[in-house]
Amino acid sequence: MKNHVGVRGGGSVQVRDLWVDLGEFHLREIKLDIAPGEYFVVLGPTGAGKTVLLETIAGLHQSPKGRILLDGEDVTDTPPERRGVGFVYQDYVLFPHLDVAANIAFGLKLRGWQRKAIEKRVTEMGRLLGIDHLLHRRPGTLSGGEKQRAALARALVVEPRLLLLDEPLSALDPATREGLQRELARLHQELGTTTIHVTHDFEEAVALGDRIAVVHEGRVVQVGLPEEIFRKPGSEFVARFVGVRNIFRGEIRPGDDGYRVLHIDGIEIAVVTDLVGQAHGSLRPEDIVLSREPLRSSARNSFRGHIVDIADRGAIVYVTVRVPFDPSTKLRAGRAQGKPLDFTCVITKTSLEEMELREGLAIHIAFKASAVHVF
Amino acid sequence: MKALLANRMRVLFTLLGSLLILFIAWPLLRTVTASSPVVLWQTLLDEEVRGSILLTFYASLIATVLAFVCGVPLAYLLARVDFPGKWLIEGVIDVPIVVPHSAAGIALLMVFGRRTLVGQAFGLLGVKFVSAAPGIVIAMLFVSLSFLVNSAREGFEAVDPRLERVARTLGASPWRAFWRVSFPLAWRSILSGMILMWARGLSEFGAVVILAYHPMVAPVLLYERFESFGLQYARPVATLMILICLGAFVVLRMTAGRKRGGA
Repeated sequence: MKNHVGVRGGGSVQVRDLWVDLGEFHLREIKLDIAPGEYFVVLGPTGAGKTVLLETIAGLHQSPKGRILLDGEDVTDTPPERRGVGFVYQDYVLFPHLDVAANIAFGLKLRGWQRKAIEKRVTEMGRLLGIDHLLHRRPGTLSGGEKQRAALARALVVEPRLLLLDEPLSALDPATREGLQRELARLHQELGTTTIHVTHDFEEAVALGDRIAVVHEGRVVQVGLPEEIFRKPGSEFVARFVGVRNIFRGEIRPGDDGYRVLHIDGIEIAVVTDLVGQAHGSLRPEDIVLSREPLRSSARNSFRGHIVDIADRGAIVYVTVRVPFDPSTKLRAGRAQGKPLDFTCVITKTSLEEMELREGLAIHIAFKASAVHVF
Repeated sequence: MKALLANRMRVLFTLLGSLLILFIAWPLLRTVTASSPVVLWQTLLDEEVRGSILLTFYASLIATVLAFVCGVPLAYLLARVDFPGKWLIEGVIDVPIVVPHSAAGIALLMVFGRRTLVGQAFGLLGVKFVSAAPGIVIAMLFVSLSFLVNSAREGFEAVDPRLERVARTLGASPWRAFWRVSFPLAWRSILSGMILMWARGLSEFGAVVILAYHPMVAPVLLYERFESFGLQYARPVATLMILICLGAFVVLRMTAGRKRGGA
């Protein structure tokens, strides 16, 4: 899709067996294949070498071993200024001696654009990011969210083949973060720039990523769709890092009596949120109550299903309950049929024994609307 | 103001500190106020005095420019790159501050003297150092370059290296990233280092007097007048020098003290 600013989609990225040693950070055998236009999230704990990975892809660090390909072109030995890669840091790193307009214009000036053309383009970019009223302010006078928008505009104005975002939301307060997260999704949809987004926040990764790579101690330990990562963690580390939880993707619509309803294909969950439209809901296993009889409680959500899995973890037990889809619910466009939904719940071993739970048993589950975190 | 006298300890500390301030300010004020403006004016009209003051300014300016050309790149490297033996280089930069300046003069003479290899090589180009303006320049350069290099290095250290990295990803070569980002951001520190170095060069006596008694820079002229004619004749020259250096210093403090632009 071509839009009014004229930024076209992005390139593909291939990283082959990349090694980097930089002070205390090490990258080992990094292998990534990122499709043109993909929003790729690199997820890992602090100190896992995520920033070094991005800086190496940008050409800011030399790698003793491995190749980096952009659009199939080997750029391993290309200096950063010729890679066509945009970079946005967690704390914005705007040029403090230049106003917002000059920050955005920086890359255009280097490309020898005429003044008039630069002015026009900077104004367009400012409008796209919603900062056109701030163009003549110095970075020091902006709020965190405004700075990050300016940094995004500065990176995107030169139409990079690849956009690298290093924890772009982490320095922001929760309200600003949510707004900017939606902004990132919108920008990506509008511009289609291939993006690698680094974060330690799992929900951020799920909300934005087409795919997620989990890194640990300088290695990529798992790559997959968001759902695969939390449904089938490939290692003990991934399981512990992302935590066991229930994550649903669906559409939020207004429901009865003040609640909003998250429509997943086949199931409707009452939630408490101000959001509407496409969103995710996350539910912690310990917030779900299991019962053999139908429950009468204050919990807005209660479903009947059957146990499909019981995983013994010592003192606690994870119980997976499959809830069949409800034919009366509305489906998302293009879906012919609903799907059953699995809920993972956690109970103590004692409860398991007292309730005499076993696989295949019919069971009721209940949880409060406010226990579902929508993002 | 009240906070200075808040308790007995502070009162005592204020008193002791004041002694030191007085120790600096009194002799300077005494000298400046002792000469009448008429005498100062006459001194300024003195061909020899004017010539030597101009020579001093000029020589120190050239020394500062030379230090700028080589010292700013050095300062940048020291701020940005870790390399083996860096501590040694940093030490070398500070050495001129600790060696006696007359000893520095002797050391320079050993390399730039008439019969040395360097002296003769420059001699072929028509440049001589002993008893000549170039000698004054290198003497000033030697004893004052630390101020510029150290100040510039602090300036570069205060610039987030990631600013340059962002500039690189936006299409800037290392040169352009330096000129458009690091240099402008470190400029205030570099400038204050230059002013400090220049002022330090103006006041240099020990190293200069060994390489070039003649032509006479202002501090040497002052010394000669004191030796030959006594305090009465030396004082107006001293007053002029103090006033000029104070002027330079005030400019320095204003430059360095101005509030830096945000974030």
